[in-house]
Amino acid sequence: MSTELFFVQLINGIQYGLLLFLIASGLTLVFGVMGILNLAHGSMYMVGAYLVWYFVAVTGSFTVAAMLSAVVALGLGILIERLLIQRLYNRNHLDQVLLTIGMIFVFNSLQSILWGNDPYGVAVPDALSGAVPFTDNSSYPIYRIFAALICIAIAVALYFVVSKTRLGMLIRAGESNREMVEALGVNIKSLYTIVFAIGVMLAAVSGIIAAPMRSIVPGMGESVLITCFVVVVIGGMGSIKGAFVGALLVGIISTFAAVLMPTMSNMIIYIFMILVLLVKPQGLFAK
Amino acid sequence: MSRIKSLAGAVLATTLTAGLSTSVLAAAGDPVKIGIMLPFSGIYAQLGEAGRDGLKLALKQQAEQLHGSEVEYIELDTEAKPSRAPELASSLLNQHEADFVIGPVHSGVAMGMIKMLRGKDTIMIIPNAGAAAATGPLCAPNIFRTSFSSWQPSYPMGQVALDKGYQKVYAISWNYGMGRESLDAFEESFTAGGGEIVEKVLLPFPSTNFQPHISDIAATNPDAVFTFFAGGGAIKFVKDYDAMGLRGKIPLLGSGFLTEGTLQAQGDAAEGVMTGLHYAEQLDVPKNQEFREAFNTEYGHYPDIYAVQGYDAGQAIASTINQLEGNISDKQAVINTMEKLTIDSPRGEFTFSKAHNPIQNIYLREVKDGVNVVQSVAAEALEDPARGCKL
Repeated sequence: MSTELFFVQLINGIQYGLLLFLIASGLTLVFGVMGILNLAHGSMYMVGAYLVWYFVAVTGSFTVAAMLSAVVALGLGILIERLLIQRLYNRNHLDQVLLTIGMIFVFNSLQSILWGNDPYGVAVPDALSGAVPFTDNSSYPIYRIFAALICIAIAVALYFVVSKTRLGMLIRAGESNREMVEALGVNIKSLYTIVFAIGVMLAAVSGIIAAPMRSIVPGMGESVLITCFVVVVIGGMGSIKGAFVGALLVGIISTFAAVLMPTMSNMIIYIFMILVLLVKPQGLFAK
Repeated sequence: MSRIKSLAGAVLATTLTAGLSTSVLAAAGDPVKIGIMLPFSGIYAQLGEAGRDGLKLALKQQAEQLHGSEVEYIELDTEAKPSRAPELASSLLNQHEADFVIGPVHSGVAMGMIKMLRGKDTIMIIPNAGAAAATGPLCAPNIFRTSFSSWQPSYPMGQVALDKGYQKVYAISWNYGMGRESLDAFEESFTAGGGEIVEKVLLPFPSTNFQPHISDIAATNPDAVFTFFAGGGAIKFVKDYDAMGLRGKIPLLGSGFLTEGTLQAQGDAAEGVMTGLHYAEQLDVPKNQEFREAFNTEYGHYPDIYAVQGYDAGQAIASTINQLEGNISDKQAVINTMEKLTIDSPRGEFTFSKAHNPIQNIYLREVKDGVNVVQSVAAEALEDPARGCKL
């Protein structure tokens, strides 16, 4: 591999890693910070992609479609938390697994009923459709640079909110001791509703952002779910910073693995995860 | 005189009714049982429905060929899951005693079905799955295919690439049966003609993280790229190829499924992609126009290649029953008849090879304005080599 190709692949890896972070960010928040195991997180990613495809077809504008989809996802998040998740805060993880696995089946069926099983694609919005020259005979699409920047912005915002603001402090306090925070006069119920809904919205937003770069197909949620858990586990539960570093590592490693040993590439990130857990059983940035 | 006439008339009438009533009785007692094993849920649901609709349309259009036999359908959903295949095939064979079993879409399911049905007293017609083994090492007198073998769409593309002056080709696909067999078939004709495969990449199925590979293609700078991807993967690959600026610089060639049922989602990114396949929706064959309109009248939308393949399975059944005058109890006679058929398909006429795979034209298509436009016949009456088949 030439030096030039090495750097090209490094950029590909970082870009993939940033997108992984965006998908995993909602999971970090809900699973890592709130302690809720939401296996239907991937389904929310799928819902985001299908919603934006649907709204683009209806409205003709990607921006409008993206906003509508994000709002619908936020509403969906509130609904799910109020109707279902709220009953499970005091139960163990197994009950949460059962409920959220059930939700995967429900969302997959809804997708099939509402939108059918054909593969779909969303066109890149016109304003972002160009490309910048990259190497001799390839260029880098502006939309992918834009997507990477959005991912970085969300990463910074999330880190700031969780570790520096009063809201973040309450979330973290709630995770440590729910009853105590409640006793201090904080309405922890609505707080958790909001956080869960934001988690759902982040998953949907990553589906929206990814939609023009990928194909929208049944089962697309499950394919990202496992990778997201790998990212969160490598980074360490509850650490936004950890998820960010974990996502970049997974992105870069799987990119190089894909080129250097394509047939084994799917296995490499799991081997990497095992190695990390052997050295640091709690993940890289666990508290 | 008139008395004799009326007597003769009466005798004639009696004989006629007698003849009629026995054939009606036979028909009522022995409907033609057609077992359908296609995916009606999961990612291939659309393909399964298209195949079934095509099959039923053919048997409805050609009802008079059935010599009064009723058709009874037994539909089973394979969910495209290979693990369910033997059990479902066994129930069609033993419980329902199906005369014909139509299926499947997915090659893995095909393997499971063949295991159960090979050499048994029913005729299996594959309306899609392209696995080489089905008409190769696992071929059998009672197994027919109305679609294609994985080898067929890709083999002629090697010569196409050479004719266009490409000497160095980068080949990429998924590491599973159809992917490997497609690349091998391309390589076979391409290297025989003096071309060189500069890189052959097989990704784990169904990985769609193509960007690193597309960067690698850009760095390798081959004369052209040959690929097999289908469905969501095909959409993603073609879009990534375009997004990274390779479209228009390095020609993209593929097995026809790269641009089949995916063009709308691929949009402009697919313009100029060249593929080989045994069909194209705009194919200029009278039977094709007639079929497309009939299908649209029946179902309210235009058919795709999967509907064509199902339709031809139905035509094969109808013609066979017609030639045997409705008597299909002798399965050897059914096989002998079916082997010799010429199917008047929307893809153009085809016959069956010794291994029971279609001997058919492969068309070179190029995407123009969102349509697969036929450029030429890449290979005329192409017969799968049926390696390993002892028929």
